[in-house]
Amino acid sequence: MDSRPRRLIRRIGWGWAAVAAVPAVFIGYFFLYPVARVLFLGLSEIGTGFDAVWSRLGRVGWFTLWQAVLSTVLTIVAAAPLTWAVSSYRFPGRRLATALVTVPFVLPTVVVGTAFLAMGWRDSVGAILAAHVFFNVAVVVRTVSTLWSRIDPALHEAARTLGASPWRVFTRVTLPLLRPSLAAAASIIFLFTFTSFGVVLILGGFRYATLEVEIYRQAVTLFDLPLAAVLAVLQMVGVSLALLAYSRYQERTAVTWTLDTEADLPRPRGWARVAVAAAVVGTIGALAVPLGSLVTRSIGTGAYSRLFHDDPVVGRPIDAAGNSLRYAAVAMVLAAVVGLLAATVITRRGSRLSRWFDVVLMLPLGTSAVTVGFGFIVALDWPLDIRASAWLIPIAHALVAVPFMVRTTVPTLRSIEPDIRDAAAVLGASPFRVWRTIDLPIVSRAAMVGAAFSFVISLGEFGATSFIARPGTGTIPTMIYRLLSRPGATNFGMAMALAVVLAALTAATVLWIDRARVGEIGRF
Amino acid sequence: MLEVRELVVVLDGKTILDGVDLRVADGEVVGILGPSGSGKSTLLRAIAGLVEVASGDILWDGRSVVGVPTHRRRFGLMFQRYALFPHLDVAANIAFGLRMQGIEDVDRRVEAALEMVGLSGFGPRKIDGLSGGEQQRVALARTLAPEPRLLMLDEPLGALDRNLRKRLLTEIDEILAERAVTALVVTHDRDEAAALADRLALMRDGTIVQVGTLDELTGNPADDWVASFLA
Repeated sequence: MDSRPRRLIRRIGWGWAAVAAVPAVFIGYFFLYPVARVLFLGLSEIGTGFDAVWSRLGRVGWFTLWQAVLSTVLTIVAAAPLTWAVSSYRFPGRRLATALVTVPFVLPTVVVGTAFLAMGWRDSVGAILAAHVFFNVAVVVRTVSTLWSRIDPALHEAARTLGASPWRVFTRVTLPLLRPSLAAAASIIFLFTFTSFGVVLILGGFRYATLEVEIYRQAVTLFDLPLAAVLAVLQMVGVSLALLAYSRYQERTAVTWTLDTEADLPRPRGWARVAVAAAVVGTIGALAVPLGSLVTRSIGTGAYSRLFHDDPVVGRPIDAAGNSLRYAAVAMVLAAVVGLLAATVITRRGSRLSRWFDVVLMLPLGTSAVTVGFGFIVALDWPLDIRASAWLIPIAHALVAVPFMVRTTVPTLRSIEPDIRDAAAVLGASPFRVWRTIDLPIVSRAAMVGAAFSFVISLGEFGATSFIARPGTGTIPTMIYRLLSRPGATNFGMAMALAVVLAALTAATVLWIDRARVGEIGRF
Repeated sequence: MLEVRELVVVLDGKTILDGVDLRVADGEVVGILGPSGSGKSTLLRAIAGLVEVASGDILWDGRSVVGVPTHRRRFGLMFQRYALFPHLDVAANIAFGLRMQGIEDVDRRVEAALEMVGLSGFGPRKIDGLSGGEQQRVALARTLAPEPRLLMLDEPLGALDRNLRKRLLTEIDEILAERAVTALVVTHDRDEAAALADRLALMRDGTIVQVGTLDELTGNPADDWVASFLA
């Protein structure tokens, strides 16, 4: 055997190692290492035992759990009518309705919290639950309707000819078939609400705190890092259990069947017309109320012009917008580079490294942003103390965004026929030139969408930023929170005005993504 | 006895059935034969109550069923692509109609239905593991189990390969004859129709052109189209 092929393989191996090194170091140092430090701190603290705080801990944990469960159930109930309408019928405005319910989902948590404050809802479980429902209705509508609208109508018809009344068709055929997508939607909503931070911090007052909020209070307000670490461990355990339960359930109920195309949905007739109209108008109308009151209450109080005046305590509020845009740009580039390199490794055929990357790079998705921010202040004093650096803000944002970047680009990269790459290689292209001339042009549209997503995520990110931002380096969300924490109608007005600015920036970017039309918004 | 009178069905502004008349006596099997797009499937769906009737009437034993919802008509329909419930196993698929209609003795009847189609012991199997021919039999067993007053088969062998079609054709024929079922069988295949049906109804452009046995139709075709279609 000639040794040349083997040498070649080794050389390509080294090349891949270099490509993999960038995302590996980034995720390793800025995510795995800090989270490990938090875990270690928390676990060693649990070992020492401290009875006094256990009861508080239990109370916070219990509240986090039941509000998440209740939020999930309420969201599914609230989303049911619109989901039914868009899944069962075609009607004018159907696409628009699906797009409009998605608006709350892409809004930053701080904006949603401020919008509910603008309606006068505060310091109550009701406000928290309502905000969670507001946020997540789109998750149910979009995940469930993509399946529901594709169920072969012959299944329903067969059930009817076998003697099932319309209600029993729904309970015995439709609902069981929808179970996987309902479970998917429910677990996504459970995770979002279990790790809810911004909404609870703003609307919960002092009485109600989720684990996320309590981690923040203990770490930032009370400087009790060990206790915060214990809470973070509890949080990770909860999230892991939820994810485990979900994947177990998915395995057990996996049913395959051929899906229909959506094209031949009927038009609603008779009573169904009224019901569809009520579902669409009712849902969209209810979702419009908080945003409407946010916008109307922010106007006419001079709050917008006051954003440009210097304030002795918080500085010029509008400066936060400049910071946010700068961080978002940096985070976008970071996430794009790290995400694309990672996606390249993941889509490489049959390597063990690729499977590892696939799992590890999704981890930030299951970890709360608060834990990431907390990890930074616990761990990043080694080897250099960089905890005061403003660079950490876009880095944290990029960490949160990388899984999205990977998820948008991997399918496109996978769709490239291996033959094309091989052909290029046979024609004399080096691995790098193959990547540059084949992979990059094909993936660039998906990459741009992923990058834009990263930009949106960065603009709205609050959990991690609240740990790392210092006076003067804050983002729009942290500025809004600072304004909300201060008394007086003037500050509240400015907070609302800034929330409208943030919502507008987010909406503009999302609209751009929608125009680019690569991959659907809100695919999970 | 089934009687269809002057039946008109309009879907999305298009007239699919344009005045269909048809009688099926008790215990009789009528084959509906015609090119694709002639309205055969729509006729079955109208009789089952799955599409709205614009005008005309559908009667069972002299009583109109047009106002009766599908699930109370007790007309069985076997779908072209079977429409088996993917979330239920074979036994639960067959039991579905029995449960919906409150029929007693479900387990025994399911077992009997499986035996009838030659699938004894298939009860606990999953649907997505079945072959095309097995799915076809399960669909037939599911349709027959609640003993519908009228059995309608929409292209019962359409999706299968030729060898299997031949074998299943004989089986279905035996089952229909043995139980003296009143049935309508839609097909686009002349030989299939002739093998299963006592009489044939030829359909074209939403109307029934001619009704009779295959010999009557070939011996005395109503027009050139009938003659060339059966040739």
